[in-house]
Amino acid sequence: MPETHDMLFRSLADPTRRAIFERLCREGEQTVGSLTAQSGVSQPAVSKHLGVLKQAGLVRDRHEGRQTHYSAQLGALSPLVDWTREMAAFWQRKFDDLEDLLKRMDQ
Amino acid sequence: MIETIALRSIVVERDMAHSPEKIWRALTQSALIEQWLMTNDFQPVIGHRFNFRAEPVMGWNGVTDCEVLELVPQQRLVYSWNASGEQARDGLKTIVTWTLTPHSGGTHVRMEQSGFRPQDEAGYRGMGGGWPRILGQLEEIAAKL
Repeated sequence: MPETHDMLFRSLADPTRRAIFERLCREGEQTVGSLTAQSGVSQPAVSKHLGVLKQAGLVRDRHEGRQTHYSAQLGALSPLVDWTREMAAFWQRKFDDLEDLLKRMDQ
Repeated sequence: MIETIALRSIVVERDMAHSPEKIWRALTQSALIEQWLMTNDFQPVIGHRFNFRAEPVMGWNGVTDCEVLELVPQQRLVYSWNASGEQARDGLKTIVTWTLTPHSGGTHVRMEQSGFRPQDEAGYRGMGGGWPRILGQLEEIAAKL
């Protein structure tokens, strides 16, 4: 697995970070303050999580006055989706192989 | 606390024009399993620990640690499917469940790979066992891609 994938998975492995990302996906662009209000962790902690998500390409920041707005970058999930498809494809192939075997067992 | 979301599983299912009895044999006899899945030392005994073995590739030692968890002949087979050796700690920890449902003309075969416990999450490093862990709501997110 390429390093970028590894970073993507590691970014989303943390439940708090994943929750922040999912909230940005669901609710659209948010400020750090607004994310902190509902996260149950401190603002510096939320900022740190956002930094990791940004490094993985999962969020983008936009400065407006003194506020920084964050938004989810769904395109960064593509490798994950591809991988999921690969896994499902692995089992599909195994199902094909199983059916081939079942046919042979008739003979 | 922000709501955290449960992890999804992979489900593959198919109608096969064969009896549950025959499919059960293919799922539970070691020599037959090898012909469609992987080399193994499976035994149809609850609590039996076994391995699936494949050619190692970069980042994966090729060995999967398993244990038979449930066995209802011709209906349901459950085994764990975990990363092994040095990759065990941070690697994949999943459950594979096979369900056979007879119907006229054959059997509905369903495979679900699932079961990431919350305590596994912190140590998860993506490619541990060369297998996926799939995040909740991914389908929904993927639909927007």
